[in-house]
Formats: sequence, structure tokens, C-alpha cells
Amino acid sequence: MYYRNIWNEVPEPKVEHAPSRFGRALGKYTVRVLDACTDCLKCVAICPQGVFQSKGNRLPPTLDHLCLGVECAKKPNRCVKNCPVNAIRVGLNPSSKALGDHRWTPDLLMSAWHMAETGKLPPNDLEYRVGESEGGFDKLRFRFPKQPPIPDLDRSQIDTCVSLNKKKDGRFDIMIPIPIYGGGMSFGSISQITMLSRIRAFAAWGSYTSTGEGGYPEALYPFDDHIITQVATGLFGVKEETIKRVKIIEFKYAQGAKPGLGGHLLGPKVTEAVARIRETVPGTSLFSPFPFHSVYSIEDHKKHLDWIKTVNPKGLVSVKVSTPSDVDMVAVGSYFAGAHIIHLDGSYGGTGAAPDVAKKNIAMPIEYAIPKVHSFLVNEGVRDELTLIASGGIRSAFDVAKAIALGADGVVTGTSELVALECVRCHNCESGRGCARGIATTDPELVGLMDLQWGTQRIINTLSCWKDQLQEILFRLGLRSIRELVGNTEVLAHLDYSGARPDDDIRSSLV
Amino acid sequence: MPKKYHIDVQPIANRFPVIGRSGIVDWGEGCLKCAKCVKTECIYGVYKNRSFSTSIMADTIDEFCKSCFRCVQGCPKRLIHKTINPEWETLGDELYTPEIISINWEQAATGKIPVSGAGYGGKFSGAGFDSMWTDMSEIVRPTRDGIHGREYISTVVDLGRRLPRLEFDNNGKLLSKLPHSIRIPIPIVFDIFPFGDLSPRVWSAVVAAAVRLGTLVIMPYENAKRYPDFAAQIVALLSNDLIGKVDVSHFRMVELPDDRNTLESLVFLKRQFPELIVSVRMEAKSSPDNFRRVLEYNSSQVDVIHYVANENGHEPGIQNGLHLKDLIREINSGLLKEGLRDQVNLLASGGIAMAEHVIKSLLCGANLVGVDISLLIALECRVCRNCRDGLPCPVSISKINPKWGTQRIVNLVGAWHNQLLEMMGAMGIREARRLRGEQGRVMFREDLENDTFAQLFTEPNF
Repeated sequence: MYYRNIWNEVPEPKVEHAPSRFGRALGKYTVRVLDACTDCLKCVAICPQGVFQSKGNRLPPTLDHLCLGVECAKKPNRCVKNCPVNAIRVGLNPSSKALGDHRWTPDLLMSAWHMAETGKLPPNDLEYRVGESEGGFDKLRFRFPKQPPIPDLDRSQIDTCVSLNKKKDGRFDIMIPIPIYGGGMSFGSISQITMLSRIRAFAAWGSYTSTGEGGYPEALYPFDDHIITQVATGLFGVKEETIKRVKIIEFKYAQGAKPGLGGHLLGPKVTEAVARIRETVPGTSLFSPFPFHSVYSIEDHKKHLDWIKTVNPKGLVSVKVSTPSDVDMVAVGSYFAGAHIIHLDGSYGGTGAAPDVAKKNIAMPIEYAIPKVHSFLVNEGVRDELTLIASGGIRSAFDVAKAIALGADGVVTGTSELVALECVRCHNCESGRGCARGIATTDPELVGLMDLQWGTQRIINTLSCWKDQLQEILFRLGLRSIRELVGNTEVLAHLDYSGARPDDDIRSSLV
Repeated sequence: MPKKYHIDVQPIANRFPVIGRSGIVDWGEGCLKCAKCVKTECIYGVYKNRSFSTSIMADTIDEFCKSCFRCVQGCPKRLIHKTINPEWETLGDELYTPEIISINWEQAATGKIPVSGAGYGGKFSGAGFDSMWTDMSEIVRPTRDGIHGREYISTVVDLGRRLPRLEFDNNGKLLSKLPHSIRIPIPIVFDIFPFGDLSPRVWSAVVAAAVRLGTLVIMPYENAKRYPDFAAQIVALLSNDLIGKVDVSHFRMVELPDDRNTLESLVFLKRQFPELIVSVRMEAKSSPDNFRRVLEYNSSQVDVIHYVANENGHEPGIQNGLHLKDLIREINSGLLKEGLRDQVNLLASGGIAMAEHVIKSLLCGANLVGVDISLLIALECRVCRNCRDGLPCPVSISKINPKWGTQRIVNLVGAWHNQLLEMMGAMGIREARRLRGEQGRVMFREDLENDTFAQLFTEPNF
């Protein structure tokens, strides 16, 4: 035996089974085995999904999240009908309704957990593409041709790379192999293990993760080449040294969940370690100012970017803004100020803590902002020299593809990784010790609920499944590269405008 | 520097256990009596702190649970479940949804602005106020006020007529006589309750809250005259047949109903009491006749047009009538076209259920809003409307301790005020008076749809 220090290691992007940390995973269906069971284990042989397992000739608690549902269970050759003592009951899980919300429905949460566990789409009837918010992505569908336009296209060879430096200005020429990188989640809002799980998983796929505004903990140093350091209005932990460490620097002007407001980190989550990195006092609530008080014009904005470019002469600069009515002007202004990436964060994006009134009401959802900015940049003739990144409510691979079809080059995610780590969207990350599930917390006891290797693996699996889905979507559309999808709204239908109700389920190819 | 406006919020307990969104269903049968039961591991101590409440004859467990699902997943026999509470689901109505009632309860109890983790979890958009997003300012906006701390944001509004211009003599001395006005520190007044288990205790609580907040409360004259000491904060709603018969000299502001005799009453009051602010309470209806009367009242020097929508914020007495936001926009742009908008104040009420509705009404064109049912919710109202049918109030609002009621209302308005500041700060607007009709700083869903999806996805033959 020897000790492998995984804390310094970029893992392989390989799918490995990573089951739930908490007893049994939550599923859409429950399988109950009554006391009449005689442990004959006939069901173990019958079930195609492995809901029933044997353990020393006994039947341990079932893995009911794998169950295909009532329809399957009642078939003549399946478990219910074949139990000699009629001891198996299958029904809907009564708890599932209490999970999630309109954007992250119980189905979407559970399918995301399935992807994180297995790297595959759920084989049962869980809805894995959209939520029930009744607008935006949830009303968009892909219009796949009946037959794949290029039938001999090798799915695994379909190109999903995105260039982050389209300026070709002699700075780092960075291509990420998947059109996704990790959004800023600060140390303090999430635990160090969560932070490193995200960083390692994105690194495994050759992509990046932003530090968020909470500074640059030393534990991140081994992954310098996969990190985007964030400069936000609070300037917590921003030093020349951290700006020089990385290849991409991100200016956070605003955050979609609380546009026009600074970051919030409430006192109880500001532990000794968090305070040290942020150079503040433990236990004090940290409210970042808004806006950058050094930036009141586009010239000031350019000065900001020039400052970073001088400190780090090879680094790329990303500008993260929210989505006000003049977001298109902001985007083109950022281009002329010298940004490589313009990152739009829509109003339904994630946060560790924000006033509810801000999350719901300020700035426009990302679905409107993407086409608005894309077409404006095209008309200005600068679209090809800027990478347009969208975030704020990207929950599934379908959301990724839709965002790109609306005009983005790629996306940034955050919440979906936390869901992969078994977030249940209880919305309590802001208070007290933080997350009861050990994800968005800095409490020493709760942090211990998650192990780094497991966390990394869950996110690697999710990204793997997303990549497969993206390639399948491109295959069905007959596109050889994700870049052919950018701004290609012809492949989409919007249910409010279209008589057709296209079915874009791709499960049959990917279970 | 002027005295800062400060609302003194203090946490104050509920009288009844809160009806929560979800409940724990805990079957004892089949329990294995594990040595380390998941219930002992609850990080919120829910199972430790539960007790039996005799006021509701039920377990208080659901008040503490935060739905982390760890016990649900952890129990090896799957004996613990979470379900949506049917009592919660049936709270309120279409506008006063269970979510809105719960969040107002919470604000009345804590006085704090609701802050939570994780992104927005609601619908993409909806009817009425839910089809608007307010704007914010990022970097390149010359119109952005420098806001150096939220204490510099003012929510003051003035009720009274405004002169089109000021006139000075050759020596720079002001010649114009400034009209009288009332200045209140928040763009919110208390309006008449459309229903409620009301009693003198409730009225005392409401009046005392208005006094503490420095705002106004509109109430029928019969009620208003019972609080002579607080007449400065009370707007007496008179009927036209009372004009000239009752003494209104101690009020700063009165309101008249909109009927055949209103114009006459208005002229009379303005002549007799030049300093009295007079409002006319009109049904918020989209009709040329309505607007014609608004113009008439304006030319007779009315100070305030009070546009009243129905309980759910729509045109009263009409099936599928317009929403208050559209009614406000209509009268606002009508007055703008006539060049009269600055002369008169527009007070909008009916269906103001959340803090965001206040600012959205202002952005559509109101000067201030009136709130009603939300104040009852602060007193734990469940919007069941039993009282309207003569049935007992499930939370006996008429029996409240007035001091408790006052603090609850102060808390709710304090939390709303704080949210106003947040949203104004985000917009870079330092003055609530400047919000009025600022439709360039708000995004309507229909406009966004037309600019984007309608262009991309409209099919020619559909």
C-alpha cells in the first residue's frame, strides 16, 4: 500500500460508479419489500436494473432509485408478479414531490443524480432535459430531422472544442475540449472539498473553473493551469501574485442572481480559514460593494483590463456581467476594452446567498440576453473576435446546447455541479452552518460529509454524460462541430410560437 | 444632513405555528430501533426540539424542518417521508399564493429582508407584475447615480400639487406661491381592508404602525374620527353627502369617492381648506370616461388620484380585466400626453402583495401605492376570507394585542423598505420620486419576446 496524494493530482476523465453518500438515493419510485419476504432472491435475478441485490443470501434494502417504474414492475416477467409470496410493492415515491422547485424539478434533480452516479442517462421515464418553469429553455425544443443527415458520422469524433482566445493577439491560445467551464463559487460559500472537486473534474476534462471572489486558497496551487482567478468588487484575496498564477482572469462586474448588488457571505460561514484567505475578520458578514467604484465609464473599464493585462502579460481576460437592458452595449464595450471573453450571467443564476427579491426581479433571463448580444456583435462585425459565454440557469446538457444554438460559444455552470454532489435545492446555503449535505458549508463537521475523490468522480461522470448528449444532439442535427451550432436557431422550436411539438428525447441512444 | 429614515424592526413571535410548505411523515411501524437513528443526527435538531402544540393540537415538527432530506434517505426502512403540506397548498388565492403569504409572514415575524441560498426557483415569468424585470446598471451608464452607501437612498414622496414652473422677480425672489404638500418617508400608504376580522384592536395597531412609520392610513370617516390624536396620519374617506356637515379641519388629507357630486365637493373643500390635500378614490378602469373624469378632477385642483384595482390587482367588475400595472401605464401616459403628469399624484392600490410590486407600480407610473391585504397577512391572516362569510377567523385577528400588531406591520413594511433600497441601489437610482414612470428602466416580457423569440421563432403560417 502506498499513499496517493489525490489533492495534487489531475484525474483521468473516466466514468466510474459513484453511488449516493446518504443511505439510499432518492428516486421517483419506491420499492417496498414486505415482511413476508422469504429471501428467495428470485427478484434479484429478474430485475434488469439491479434494484434488488443479494448480501449473504439475504435481501438488503432495495436500490429503488434504479427502478424503471410501476409499468415495468407489473409486467408478467418482472418483480411484482413473480414474487412467490407477493411481497413486493412498487409505487411513486411520496417524498419526491417535496423536492426541488419549478426550475429544478424532482425529475431533473433525480436524473442529474443518476448521471453523476453512473455517467449515463436514467433508463426510466425521468425528465432529464427541461424543468417546469414554463418559459425560456423549458419552452425550447430541438427539431431533429427524422433521419440523421450524416448517418456515418462518428459520434465520438464530433468536435466539442471552444476557443477562449479568438483575438489571436499573442496571448495564450486556449481551446477547451468541452464547451463548459466552472463558474465562480467562492471559498466560503462552498467548502474546500467542493471547490477542489469542481476544479479537479473540470481539469480532468481539460477545462477551467473560476475561483469566485473569495480568494485563492493554497490548496488550489497544483491546479493553476485550470483555474480562472476572479477579481470582484470586494477584491477579497486579490493580489498580483494570484493574478500571475493563472492563464485566465475574470472580472466580475455583476452576478445574475443579484445584479446590481455585491456578494453576500453571512457571518457564520466566515470561519478562520475563510477569513484568512479573504484577509478579513472571522464571524463578520461580508458584503461586497457594488459597482466597482473605480469604473464609471468604458474608459475606466479599459483601464481595469489594461491593469490586469500588464500584470499578467500572457493571460486572457474575461468580463462577467449581468443582463440589463443595454447588455449588448456592455458586451461590445467590453470587446473594445480588450476582453477575450464576454460572460453573460442571466438573472436566474445561482448564488450562495442573495435577497429573494433580487433573484426574481432584477435583469433579464439569459435566454433573452444571448440572442440579443449575439446578433448585436454580429452586426457590429466583431462576433468572431470575442468568445461569448452564457450562464445563469444552465441545468442540463440540453440547456447547454440551446444556449449555444441561441448564439453563445459555450456556457458556465455552477449549480448543476452542486446537484451532482447531491444538492437537493433546499435553499438553505446562506444560513448558519450552511449546507446540511456538506456541499455549501464551511462548518468543519459538515465539510467532512464529502470525500474529495467521490466529489470529483460525480462531476466527471456528469460532464461525461453531458458531452455524450451534446455529441448525440450534434449527430442528430448532422453537425460535425459544436461551432456549427452557434447561433443556429433554425434547429430550435419555441412552443409558444410553433404549432409543432417536436420530441427531442435522445434517451434511446444513451442509456 | 437631514435625519435618516430608520424603521425599527424587531423580531416578534407568531401567535400560531406557521403553516409550512412541507411536512414530515414519520411511520413508527416496522422501525428497527437502530442504535444510531437518523433522527438523532438531524443537524437542525428537528426531532429534539419538536413538541406538541395545544393551540393547533398538532406536532410542531414541521416548523423546524428545512427539507435537507437526510433522514428521508438515511432511514434503512424508508419510514420517513416528506410531503407537501395540503393545508399550505390551499392557502390564499391566485394572487396571494402560499409562497407569497409565507414570505410575508416571515418578514412580519423577523423584519428582515428574505435572503436565501441557491438561485431563483420559480416560474420563468407570469401574469401581472411577474411579467416585468427591473433594470440594473453595470459599467457604462452615465445615468447611474453614485450610490455611496444605501443610507443615501431616499424613498421620500410628496403628496400635493406641483407648479409647472417657478417664477422669480428681478431680484431673484420667489414669486410663486408653493402649493401645500404632505411628505411621507416611504411610497407606501395603508389602504382600506376589503375584508378582515377587524376590531378596534386591529385599527389601533394599524394607526400606531402608520404613526411609527410616518406614513398615512386611509379609513372611513366613521372610524377616523375615533383617533383624533393621530389625525395627522389619517386620511378620512368621506362620502359626498358628509361634505360641509362634518369638521375636517384637523385632517391633513381626505379622500372622496368618485361619483356625481365629487367635483362639487372637491371645489368646496379646496376653497374652504386650501391646505387640505384631497384625493379622489376611483375604480381603476380602462375607459375614456374614467380618464375624462381624471382630467376634470385635475383641473379642479385635485392633489391625488387614487386608482383602486380589485383585491387581485385587476380592473374591478370586469371579467379578465387589465392588470393594475397596465392600468397605471395607461393613465400615466394619458396624463403625459396632456402635459399634466407633473401636476397630480397617482396613488395605486389593489393587489400589492410583495415589496417588488411597490417598485414595479412606481416604474409603471404611480407616485405611491396603497397596501391592504398584505397588512392583514402581517397579522397572520391566511387569506381564507372566512370573515367575509361571517365565519370565525382561524387566527382570531380581532383579538390581537395592538402592540404586537403594530410591530408586525412595522416589520413587514421595514422589510419591504429594505427591498426597495436593494432594488433602487441595483438600478443606480437614488430617489424614489425618480422612479415614477421610468419605463426605460424596466423590461416587459412582451417587449423582450418581440425583440428576440418572436423574431427567431414565429412561423409564417401559424
